[in-house]
Amino acid sequence: MELAAAKMIGAGIACIALVGAGIGIGNVFGSYLSGALRNPGAAASQTTNLLLGFALCEATGLFGLVIALIILFG
Amino acid sequence: MAMNPMEQFAIKPLIAEPVLHIAGHPIYFTNQALLMIIVALASSLFLVLAVKPNRLVPTRGQSMAELSYEFVANMIHSATGEDGLKFFPFVFTLFIFVLCSNFFGMVPGSFTVTSQIAVTLALACLVVGLVIVVGFMKHGIGFLKLFVPHAPWYLLILLVPIEVISFLTRPISLSVRLFANMLAGHTLLVVFAGFVVSLGAAGGILTGVALAPLLMIVAIMLLELLVAFLQAYVFAILTCIYLNEALHLHDHH
Repeated sequence: MELAAAKMIGAGIACIALVGAGIGIGNVFGSYLSGALRNPGAAASQTTNLLLGFALCEATGLFGLVIALIILFG
Repeated sequence: MAMNPMEQFAIKPLIAEPVLHIAGHPIYFTNQALLMIIVALASSLFLVLAVKPNRLVPTRGQSMAELSYEFVANMIHSATGEDGLKFFPFVFTLFIFVLCSNFFGMVPGSFTVTSQIAVTLALACLVVGLVIVVGFMKHGIGFLKLFVPHAPWYLLILLVPIEVISFLTRPISLSVRLFANMLAGHTLLVVFAGFVVSLGAAGGILTGVALAPLLMIVAIMLLELLVAFLQAYVFAILTCIYLNEALHLHDHH
C-alpha cells in the first residue's frame, strides 16, 4: 500500500521536469522573436535552428515522463 | 469506459505459432513487424515509382520525392560539408523510415513503430556504431582526440570524463527522444479521447461539454503531425552532426 502511494508521488515528482522544458521552449521562441524583430532579414534562415531547438528542448521534458512511466510500470 | 492509454503500444503476435526459432527463443510475426514491413515497402515503392518516369515537368508525386531528396542533401551539406555526402544513402534511409513510421502511426487504429524503445534504440546504436567505425577508419587511433577539447591541462581532468560520458549517452538520448515523443503524443490522444467518451456517455449538459476535448484532439493531432516530422528531422540532423564530429574532429570546416 505504502509502496503504491510512494510510486504515485514519485511519478508526480518526476513530472517537475516539465518546468525546465517549459522555460526552455519559452526561451527558444522568445529569443528567436527578439532576434527576428531586430534583424528580420536573417529570420528566415534560422527557422531550422528554431525548430531544432524546440524539438531538443521538448525532448528533455519528455525524459521526465519516461522516468515517471518507468516508476509507474517498471 | 476508461481505456488504458498504454494498451495501444502492446505488441501482439498476428500468427499464433512462432515463425522461427533463434537459439531457443521463439520469434513471432507481430503487428510491429507487419507495420515495419508496410512502412519500408510503401516508402521505397513510392520513391521508386514517383521518380521512375523521370518527367521534365514533375507531377506532385515526383516533386515530393525530389523535394525530400534535396531536403536531406541540403541538410547533410550544411551539417557535415562536402565529404559528408557519401553518407547520403544512410541518412536518407533513416530519415524516410522514421518519418514514414511516425506518419503511419498517426493513422487511427494503426501501430506506431517508433513508439517502441527496441526499434529506436536499434536505430540509435546503428548511428553511433557507424560514427565510431567511420571515426576510427578516417583518423585511426587519433579519433580518441574527440574526447580531448582544446583547453588547459588542469581543465582536461574535468572535461575528458564529461566528453566520454556525453558520447556514451548518445545512443540513449537519441533513442529516448524519439520514443518518448511518440509515446507521449499518442498517450495524450487516447487520454483526451477517453474524456470525450466518458463525458458523452454522462448525458445532459455534459454531452455538450464533450465537444471541448474533441476540438482539443484535433489541435493535438495537428501538433503531433508537426512533432512526427520534427522528430524525424532531429534524428537525421543529429546523425549528421555526430558524423561531422567523426569526420572532422574539432576543426571547423
